[in-house]
Amino acid sequence: MRQATIDRLKAQDILASMASATMKRRLKETLAGYLYLLPALAVLAAFRIIPIILSVRISLYDWGMAGAREFVGLGNYIAVLQDSVFWKSLLNTGWYMAFSVPVQLYLSLFIAVLLNQKIKGLGAYRTIYYLPVVTSIVAVSIVWKWILHPDRGLLNYILSWVGADGLRWLQDPRGLFQLLVGDRQNLLPYALRGPSIAMCSLIIMGIWKGLGYNIVIFLTGLQNIPKTYYEAARIDGAGRYRIFRNITWPLISPTTYYVLLMSFIVAFETFAQVWIMTGPPAGGPLSTTKVVMYYFYENSFELWRLGYGASIAFFAFLIILGLTVLQRFVLEKRIHYG
Amino acid sequence: MPHPQFRKFPIHLLLIVCGIGMVLPFFWMVTTSLKTPLEALRFPPTWLPSAAQFENFVEVFRQIPLWRYMGNTVLITFASLMGVLLTGVLAAYAFARFKFPGREITFMLFLALMMIPMPVYLVPSYMILFKLGWIDTYLAMIVPWTVNIFGIFLLRQHFRQLPEDLFEAAKLDGCSRFAALFRIVLPLSKPTLVTITVFNVIGSWNSFFWPLIVTHSDRIRPLQVGLAYFSREQSTNYTLLMAATTIAIIPLIVLFFVAQKHIIQSQARAGLKE
Repeated sequence: MRQATIDRLKAQDILASMASATMKRRLKETLAGYLYLLPALAVLAAFRIIPIILSVRISLYDWGMAGAREFVGLGNYIAVLQDSVFWKSLLNTGWYMAFSVPVQLYLSLFIAVLLNQKIKGLGAYRTIYYLPVVTSIVAVSIVWKWILHPDRGLLNYILSWVGADGLRWLQDPRGLFQLLVGDRQNLLPYALRGPSIAMCSLIIMGIWKGLGYNIVIFLTGLQNIPKTYYEAARIDGAGRYRIFRNITWPLISPTTYYVLLMSFIVAFETFAQVWIMTGPPAGGPLSTTKVVMYYFYENSFELWRLGYGASIAFFAFLIILGLTVLQRFVLEKRIHYG
Repeated sequence: MPHPQFRKFPIHLLLIVCGIGMVLPFFWMVTTSLKTPLEALRFPPTWLPSAAQFENFVEVFRQIPLWRYMGNTVLITFASLMGVLLTGVLAAYAFARFKFPGREITFMLFLALMMIPMPVYLVPSYMILFKLGWIDTYLAMIVPWTVNIFGIFLLRQHFRQLPEDLFEAAKLDGCSRFAALFRIVLPLSKPTLVTITVFNVIGSWNSFFWPLIVTHSDRIRPLQVGLAYFSREQSTNYTLLMAATTIAIIPLIVLFFVAQKHIIQSQARAGLKE
């Protein structure tokens, strides 16, 4: 009986010391874990987390170059919503997305499908299409500005081969739809005029620059589709279109989703092109290329209306978030994960 | 039945036409950079310069401190890459191989930060850099970019896939966890490290918005910002502009041709991991 009690006490002792050892190990593990995280956490705290919190505060003030002037509550947000230039910039970004994203998506998928036909010289083609991707946006903007020159530009020269009149690309504020329906007197309401010719120039360049990236992503996606599916379909006598519609398109949908999301974000963040190619003043002609990112930059770092800029930034964030959620929501059901 | 490669002729034709469209701007850049200003403005234009003006390239270096810009960019690219690899490897190791309360939440926080667009944190970051006295210094372009969250994500995925036995064996051999990271984990992670390096080098070499805002003086500017200002100041001097642009893109194009396979595979791989 006594022995049993002693044994039990001993056992408790051992258990307790084991527990404390476990505790100690856990504590050590926790400390070590955070120690490893520390460098990354410190940088992120200083240049992401704290700034994001500060940004909320700044957006609630009339904040100039010298600091906070006056607490305005939601005043900046309300002012942004009442600012016609903000809405115009949103419309401009919207046009940019509406044209560049789908064109780029279908064109890159089309080329990727062509490249996936056991074609000779695949490597060479891929390299060529990929060149603009590794080139800086600043460099390509400078080159394209020259190509789009109204009187001396290469593009207008090439158009002249087919007898087309050249356009004053980056200087032309007329909307695309306006031009198509032949509206000379600006009768169409602004929102229906479509992207200006200047904006179309940026869109064309954006497509050229981003195409290769999407092609490479699609090509990888296509190569991951098991060949047996295609063989089975061919034995069943399915035509090229039906194979694409019923095998390739559904099986590539996760890739399509990724490409779509990336293209939307890249399109939304259009900035350098506007800074370099348009104007002066940049964002022109008639503010038709003033995209949201540029409007943010102009308010924050040219006019030093920091509170106002911060409010624009939060609307931009909401829009990106909204687009992401919407895409997930709408497309999730259509994505086929193999 | 025609030979299969013949049937593919229309495909090749299409791909070549599109390919010409992709390369033409580069060709036009180089050809303009070798013309005299007068010839560059001729319309209809000439495809090749009547006499190649290599002096344009000499003149560019006389007009703007291109070497300086390039040196700045190399320094910033290299320093931030070192930071990214160091912070990334350590953080990913903690996320993948340590068990501690708050680990998952911290990881989610990192991922959430990736979603926040730059305008949201740019202005306050500027103020913090200003308070630190870092505006218009290299530090302002390096330190905030020494963490790459996507890189941490990729490394964590990779570290988690490493077999547990490896770590058990290391432990038995008396190898500490810190030593295991450098002796066992890193040698097995080369492809992922290359992927991150590729992304980061291309990203910092080409970055524009951030350095545009945190620099004011010419001597500190990286290549892209210097080039962009040059394009505003000399907006009609096309031959010099094209020469400067050609010089600016050569390093990355060379890198691309050397490490092409790595670059394309990396980008494709990262895309799929999402």
